[in-house]
Amino acid sequence: MKLMGVINLDHELDQLNELTYFRAGAAVPFAGRYRLIDFALSNMMNAGVPDIALFVRRKYRSLLDHLGEGGPWDLNRKRGGLFVLPPDWHDPTDISAGDLQHMHNNRDFFARSTGEYVVHSGSQHLSKVDFCDLAAQHKASGADVTIVYKHVDLLEPEHDSCFRVEVEEDGTVSGIHNEKGHHNIYIDLFIMEKNLFLQQMEYCIAHGDSYFFRDAILRNPSGLKIAGYEYKGYHAVINSIESYYKNSLELLDPEKYKQLFSPDMPIQTKIKYEAPTKYLEGAEVRNSLVANGCRIAGEVEGSVLFRGVKVEKGAKVINSIIMQKCVIEAGAIVENVILDKDVQVTENRTLVGDSRRPFVIAKRSLL
Amino acid sequence: MKKKEMIAMLLAGGQGKRLKGLTKSLAKPAVYFGGTYRIIDFPLSNCTNSGIDTVGVLTQYEPLVLHSYIGVGSDWDMDRKNGGVFVLPPHEREDGSSWYRGTADAISRNLKFIDQYDPEHLLVLSGDHVYKMDYTKLLDYHKEKEADCTISVINVTLEEAPSFGMINTHEDLKIYEFDEKPKQPKSTLASMGVYIFKWDVLRKYLTEDIDKPDSESSHDFGKDIVPKMLADELALYAYPFEGYWRDVGTIPSLWEANMDLLKDDPELNLNDPDWRIYTRNPNEPAQYISPDAKLTNCMVNEGCSVYGEVDRSVLFYGVEVGEGSVISESVIMPEVKIGKNVRIHRAIVDQGKVIPDNTVIGEDREDPNEILLINGDSPF
Repeated sequence: MKLMGVINLDHELDQLNELTYFRAGAAVPFAGRYRLIDFALSNMMNAGVPDIALFVRRKYRSLLDHLGEGGPWDLNRKRGGLFVLPPDWHDPTDISAGDLQHMHNNRDFFARSTGEYVVHSGSQHLSKVDFCDLAAQHKASGADVTIVYKHVDLLEPEHDSCFRVEVEEDGTVSGIHNEKGHHNIYIDLFIMEKNLFLQQMEYCIAHGDSYFFRDAILRNPSGLKIAGYEYKGYHAVINSIESYYKNSLELLDPEKYKQLFSPDMPIQTKIKYEAPTKYLEGAEVRNSLVANGCRIAGEVEGSVLFRGVKVEKGAKVINSIIMQKCVIEAGAIVENVILDKDVQVTENRTLVGDSRRPFVIAKRSLL
Repeated sequence: MKKKEMIAMLLAGGQGKRLKGLTKSLAKPAVYFGGTYRIIDFPLSNCTNSGIDTVGVLTQYEPLVLHSYIGVGSDWDMDRKNGGVFVLPPHEREDGSSWYRGTADAISRNLKFIDQYDPEHLLVLSGDHVYKMDYTKLLDYHKEKEADCTISVINVTLEEAPSFGMINTHEDLKIYEFDEKPKQPKSTLASMGVYIFKWDVLRKYLTEDIDKPDSESSHDFGKDIVPKMLADELALYAYPFEGYWRDVGTIPSLWEANMDLLKDDPELNLNDPDWRIYTRNPNEPAQYISPDAKLTNCMVNEGCSVYGEVDRSVLFYGVEVGEGSVISESVIMPEVKIGKNVRIHRAIVDQGKVIPDNTVIGEDREDPNEILLINGDSPF
């Protein structure tokens, strides 16, 4: 079954405060060496999806820098590969709006691809859905569209804005809504046949709609047969500073770490050529995730260190997320903070946030 | 092909017998070093950082790992439209075929490759050494001296000299003698295995040498070509290199060069943004350090999970160190899985080895300075 992929960032809000002032949520660094987009892209790569469109509208400079020609995901191909597509169009008669504008104005992408089914995903839900299995179930069920949900036992504030999925015993979806007490979270992932997808898009535009999932699937004016696919593996939704912080530190649980980084479905990212990390005399590092190129002489506990971070002698980093190339100088203490890239915390300075609401320091700050 | 001022030929066919079990199924240039690199990353990165974009890699002994490692060369930025990296194993020709009989023979059999680029100068490198070097400075010196051949040399002690090819020069660094592994060394300048030749001059010597029977020539740069050039009174100069350079050709020297990296500010700086050492990145997740782990004076790569203690050691990617285990003064190659309550002291553990729980390695040995090699042949 031939698949084609869409990663649609159009409807995602940039709610990560300082981290998304200048970059799209999909470009936010995560887990020491990745960016959020890597997870959706790697799932597509692991399923062998040959053509992938990324629908971007705003703040995509750092995304473009990260993605390049798509080499790390094996998408720098002669035919197909990665297409980063803005909604640009100069036809004054164009009446499309919202993410339908993206789909409409990039119809050539759909027309040229040999894919028969469209796998449509966002970037905020981190998962390891096997798209081949999803596609097989979709075809076997005879449904028009299959949407993916995760049954979440413990609902957290980040789930508030997520859609919920009502599923019958036979797997058909009887309702999609936003009732906060419901536990089946829609993880922003569906699959449908390309021709039906395009037909629905045209229908929605003709009826003045603007948002494909809401207008074609949730409201379902055409009476599509919708099936649910229950996903049971690793899942995190990153749509706020709090959820970013919490889900980052949860990777210190070896079980979660092994789920997300299971070697059978590796996560690819842009390669940097850093040397391995150096732990110097007197270093005390416990319960942490550390990327390459770091130099640690101080104390690090319960934290995530991105590439090339320096922790000098006598400095302490506790329950914090320290992004690329930050320097924590001698004697400085940071606790419950998120430092964006290239932040320098000078000697003996103390910076303590609240574990429920970490301090966020913008890129290139000097403290 | 577009003419190039200089291209490089990298000799990577050697077995490195003195590395024993480490080179059982791969050539010496493919041996791991420094937590993430293979030895060949150093000359290849030096080339790319020196602006040399065309490199022929001469392979012979167990080439599979090297060939697949180099690939199209994109990791060293050598996937080029004009030039790039080319793996050149021995091949069959109209007039018969044979293995590369020596270092010079390997180049002689690839004249067609070199002639495509019509270079002024040829840089000949060895894939056996760990060092950072700007070859453009060597080329400038070579041109300034109007040399037919320039050999890069490094100062060694008189005690070390008998294990190197020693270069004896006049005061102006003009070479008058090449002394291969001398019992009584006359100088302290050792050849680094880095040469620049005027290509038209070398080409003539190579075409003469290739037709000599093996009884007359061993087809080697150090033994045949350079001595013949000296006998013909060509202009050969020594270029004094300053910096870190190691032949990591034995288990103790490989171990020691790894340990050198653990100093606070090692002579070989691997984190210099202006002189990156490129390598094929295995793309492993960030390293996981458990609540009970202890890491001091060590280098650890991505993909590692450390639950025990690591001191004065180098851990390559994907290594696991189980609870209660203590690793000291050791080099642990990629994907080694170390169980619980294991003790390893002064050892090199080869790629992929699984060390069962409660194993003790390297304590109570007869010679306390010996470096043990733990590989597939080890008894557990």
